[in-house]
Amino acid sequence: MPQNEYIERFTKQHGRRLDHEERTRKRAAREAHGASEKAQNLRGLRAKLYQQKRHKEKIQMKKQIRQQEEKNVKSSEPAEPSTMPLPSYLLDRSNTTNAKALSSAIKNKRAEKAAKFSVPLPKVRGISEEEMFKVVKTGKKTAKKSWKRMITKPTFVGPDFTRRPVKYERFIRPMGLRYKKANVTHPELGVTVQLPIISVKKNPQNPMYTQLGVLTKGTIIEVNVSELGLVTAGGKVVWGRWAQITNNCENDGCVNAVLLV
Amino acid sequence: MATVLPPPSKRQKTAAAARARDQVEAPPEIPEGVQRIQFTDADTGEARGPVVTVSLANLSPKNLSLLLNSLLGQTDPADRLPYRFYNPLGDSTGEFSQEQVIKAYLDGTTTTELQLNIPCRAEAVFKVKAVTRCSAAINGHGESILTASFSPASSSRLATGSGDKTARIWDCDTGTPLHTLKGHTGWVLVVAWSPDNGILATGSMDNTIRLWDAEKGTPMGNPLKGHTKWINSISWEPYHLREPGRPRFASASRDYTIRIWDAVSQHTDMALTGHKASVSCVKWGGAGWIYSASHDRSIKIWDAAKGTLVHTLNAHAHWVNHLALSTDSVLRTGFHDHKGKKAIPETVAEKRQKAKERYEAATLGAGGIERLVTASDDCTMYLWEPAKSTKPLQRMVGHQKQVNHVTFSADGALIASAGFDNHVKLWNAKDGKFLHTLRGHVAPVYQCCFSPDSRLLVSASKDTTLKAWDVRTGKIAENLPGHQDEVFAVDWAPDGERVGSGGKDKAVRIWHH
Repeated sequence: MPQNEYIERFTKQHGRRLDHEERTRKRAAREAHGASEKAQNLRGLRAKLYQQKRHKEKIQMKKQIRQQEEKNVKSSEPAEPSTMPLPSYLLDRSNTTNAKALSSAIKNKRAEKAAKFSVPLPKVRGISEEEMFKVVKTGKKTAKKSWKRMITKPTFVGPDFTRRPVKYERFIRPMGLRYKKANVTHPELGVTVQLPIISVKKNPQNPMYTQLGVLTKGTIIEVNVSELGLVTAGGKVVWGRWAQITNNCENDGCVNAVLLV
Repeated sequence: MATVLPPPSKRQKTAAAARARDQVEAPPEIPEGVQRIQFTDADTGEARGPVVTVSLANLSPKNLSLLLNSLLGQTDPADRLPYRFYNPLGDSTGEFSQEQVIKAYLDGTTTTELQLNIPCRAEAVFKVKAVTRCSAAINGHGESILTASFSPASSSRLATGSGDKTARIWDCDTGTPLHTLKGHTGWVLVVAWSPDNGILATGSMDNTIRLWDAEKGTPMGNPLKGHTKWINSISWEPYHLREPGRPRFASASRDYTIRIWDAVSQHTDMALTGHKASVSCVKWGGAGWIYSASHDRSIKIWDAAKGTLVHTLNAHAHWVNHLALSTDSVLRTGFHDHKGKKAIPETVAEKRQKAKERYEAATLGAGGIERLVTASDDCTMYLWEPAKSTKPLQRMVGHQKQVNHVTFSADGALIASAGFDNHVKLWNAKDGKFLHTLRGHVAPVYQCCFSPDSRLLVSASKDTTLKAWDVRTGKIAENLPGHQDEVFAVDWAPDGERVGSGGKDKAVRIWHH
């Protein structure tokens, strides 16, 4: 379990206080009062900032309402329900076929057996150790021997990772540069889905970066595709699938990847 | 110098260890003692044969079967029937087991004075083996296969309907296409064989139904027009009810109506209107009633002779997807039985007589009336006895998503339901009690089908596999991967030889044991 979820852990173990529901309901009910008071009484820069914040919130709210209304609209059935033939028992059901399209495309591709070992990004820019690591110079002894490194690139850290004691931690992977999810594109279909990263399979720069879970352009990662519902020929669910990172995550603040099929 | 043998390999060692383990288990001690037993019919509860006293050591199901046969005077080996025995202690749902009887004897629940009523039921005299391999994957259709149905006469003819606007008849003996039935201008959604194996009816997305000569593969007359939306289901009039030379069938459509057609004059006999939404399934019962399930949440029962509404069954809270009759397999096959071609009577009157006898034998267990089970989007099923009451016998809950397909076993003793929650569930057809959940599929199960001897079940799923299940134990009998994509349709041949399936990968697969 991640270390920072101690509150959740506590509620799981001991439950909540008995009037928790009532308190949250009341707090939510009174929110409008606080907002109104601030809107009326704030002056100057604070008022400006508050109006900005409120403006954004209202836009979000309107968007949500519109989405909800669209969901409720019952559109008339098209003449031919879809281009893909379906048996009569599936005809009037509106199933999302997105993930399914994905899986059949993957299957077709596999049938061709071409380009099995090619990856979308065959060459990567070399990254030197100086660029990758910053020497940590805090404390008397650490500074003297300068044995401690901080990784300056985004990293993937497994969910059950706990940091080692300060004395033994040679590589620091900053919390702010850790990623759990990647935006994975299917190359043929152009469908992009946000999927959880399972592990870093290969960083072409250096095997040590693979171990450390450094995410740079060209790194092969394993993503969790179980929600896409891909199935093998034997009827087992496909869980992990490999993808290659296509962007410079350290510059962009997100991880974009392309699925290897 | 003597040759030194190499040390045993790991395989040899594990085999030896397994042998040693087996040898340790001695057969359990069976106490000296006798038990008075009385066989009763599992359906009606009537006594079968006299009360007999049997020693505890001889209480195995095999011995009991032999004993019951001789008590009932079926001494000739050809007359003997296999029997299945149920648990005499407590309610009669579980299997009979010798150990439990011995245990009850030992702990004093039963004594030699008390008699034990053992419920029994005759099983099919023939035995179907579980399909294990794909004997043919036949290409031919240009689009997904949407429906598949075996001929009632034999397992050598399979009809499939596809998204490429054709239906095809396949020769399963050689694994080759026999006829291509071209003519429809939309997907072929339903195929239905007439119970005398003469006519094949296909219903399509183009709102028409076409009739084909099943032997020659030629169209019979023009398309039957009348529906204004696509056809969801077709059901033929049972053979014993049919006027000679005037076969009829009912079709259910998305346009909220059911039409009864005369297959010879090719006109609508009657149009049954009353449903307020798409009619998802229609079945023509053996007592002259037509049952229809609809997306308007109701099940309607119509009089096939007069075309009037008899009952409306309201209980479901969402679309009714499918309905099944306890006599489905008998009505489908008419006068064809497991004995094959030579057992088919000569004249029409005899054929009708035989079909009627088969129907009556099938309803005997439920007191001469057919039962109905309906599956719905509200995740439940209901068991009905419409001839007695418009109230449901039992509400069957357990599925966690929509129930798509439901079917009775050929002997009418079990119900299987296939749901979108990846499970198949087995129910007792007598009272609707839950028996087993068949877990194994990893995607929605679309269809399931019992073997004609009711000992096996095959299910087709979105996860590209078929699975054969042993219904007695509720365990998987055989996993049948092979399809490249979703399997939409599956059917077990009425003679039990083959299973046919088709799906999105466009190939028909024939499975064999």
